[in-house]
Amino acid sequence: MNIVVCIKQIIDPEIPAEQFRLDPATRRQIRGGLSLVVSAYDQNAVEVALQLRERGGGTVTALCLGERGALGAVKTALGMSVDAGVLVSDPVLLEVEAFGVAHVLARAVQKLGAVDLVLTGCVSGDTGRKIMAPLLAEELGWGCVTFATRVQVQDGRALVRRIVDDGYEMVEGALPLVLSILSDDTNVPRYSKLKDIMAAAKKQVPTWTAADLGVEPARVEAAAARLRLRDMQIPHRESRCELVAGDTPPEQGARLAERLRALKLI
Amino acid sequence: MTDVLIVNAGPGDPVSQHTRELLGAARRLADATRGRVHAAVLASGPDGGGDALIAHGADTLWRLNHPLLQQPQADCWVSGLCQAMPLIGPQVILLADDALGKEVGPRLAARLGAGILTEVIAVATEGEAVLLHRPMYGGRTVAILEATRFPVVATVKPRAIPPAAEQVGRTGEQRSVPLSLDPTLIRVSVRERVAEEVRGARLETARVVVSGGRGLKGAEPFQQLQELAQILKGAVGASRAATDAGWVPASWQVGQTGKTVSPELYIAIGISGATQHLAGMSGAKAIVAINTDPDAPIFKMAHLGVVGDFKAVLPAFIAKCRDLLQG
Repeated sequence: MNIVVCIKQIIDPEIPAEQFRLDPATRRQIRGGLSLVVSAYDQNAVEVALQLRERGGGTVTALCLGERGALGAVKTALGMSVDAGVLVSDPVLLEVEAFGVAHVLARAVQKLGAVDLVLTGCVSGDTGRKIMAPLLAEELGWGCVTFATRVQVQDGRALVRRIVDDGYEMVEGALPLVLSILSDDTNVPRYSKLKDIMAAAKKQVPTWTAADLGVEPARVEAAAARLRLRDMQIPHRESRCELVAGDTPPEQGARLAERLRALKLI
Repeated sequence: MTDVLIVNAGPGDPVSQHTRELLGAARRLADATRGRVHAAVLASGPDGGGDALIAHGADTLWRLNHPLLQQPQADCWVSGLCQAMPLIGPQVILLADDALGKEVGPRLAARLGAGILTEVIAVATEGEAVLLHRPMYGGRTVAILEATRFPVVATVKPRAIPPAAEQVGRTGEQRSVPLSLDPTLIRVSVRERVAEEVRGARLETARVVVSGGRGLKGAEPFQQLQELAQILKGAVGASRAATDAGWVPASWQVGQTGKTVSPELYIAIGISGATQHLAGMSGAKAIVAINTDPDAPIFKMAHLGVVGDFKAVLPAFIAKCRDLLQG
């Protein structure tokens, strides 16, 4: 079975509030000295792929669209024992809307050959959008299951536990499929073994350009954007926290309740 | 002239709070631009009901009737809605930002060549421009985006937009959309649905949310949170650490990969305040934190806090709450 996991390199989102800065011109986050990481949710997707490989054999390929430096993200995935990695990097692909990204990723998946499953994290680690898997499914013409936590594959069909608003569903469909992966206690990403990290450092990772993939320019040019960023506002937050006093924790607890009542919050 | 379509899951009667919010947004958009409000009802079965949607602001009710639309299945819903679009012709399409909307919205947009914005918290007009507001960077910012083309699809968060008021006796028209749907459309099928026990309020719409995190160190303390939630008539949530540990069901998660909640009161117990968690609860009006670590990021967001061990603080807090509210 051939599995492709789409991974994204992002600015580490787990930073204190003071370290978050916006560029006034682009209205995007300034990287500054902040570290770049593989989105945590994409790592859950890698873990699911690795578990499927352990159970049923096959290969796992990490696919990353990003700047040149995103090679580091591919190497991280290889260090998790993913079999192969591909970086798609091209100046014309730096500022592309989600629809264009889906087009590019779909082309890369098609170039990779016979793929049975494409996995993504259930949410983009920086934009917070949860749309890539459905868009990819539309580009590829495949079925789609979002918010999947557990996946079993047998005889060309997948059985997936999908988390929904009030519980979960067991969803079933024929491969190939696109799945977006949500974390739970069964897919916590494994620690990378030293031998895999060292092997990853030596592995060749091809870089594909838009031309290599036959990307349609009309799908990725600036005019293709269906939404335009007009403004980015930072909501004002009252940062003063009133700490409830008390000689003992139970006293603090009681005072907290009284305070909430006084504020008419309960 | 901006015509707005809202998509309603279910037969249309009674009208849910979330649907009333969609209609509120649709009505304000249409009124500002002399457009019309359409409501699509996806259900199978005989026509009837739906007057409540009209009473809450829909000018035209469109019934998309087909047996394959009886269960919420994305392949069928996307196809059905696509078939209805040439008849309805809206500029803006609003869906609820729930499990189904999060999949149907993007796929519908892809097929229509429309823009898509999910987790929308406000919809506005500026002349003929349609502006959509959405939290970004884990809730640290609010992005305001303008549709460059129409139609545009948006999924709207619950409790973000003022709902439409009912106007008894309001009239509108009801129409049917003939649909051609085939079982071969269905790529994935639901074999089983398991509702996880939710006592009391639902997270997405609760006025009060009590959440537990890594600091609880296990599943058992969540029973105390359930007790507290019951007294406060609220819902219980959890951080990703707690759901990843398997202490509570995944559907209880509040955060970037879980639910976004905007209660009047959010009580975070044993939660450090990771960015991806704050993304899920930053919409809360009042935030209370109980944590042993005075440097936990949650205290930067909280309005009221107790630095202490929940094991020692909670029983007294719960007892006093019970006293004050039930005594």
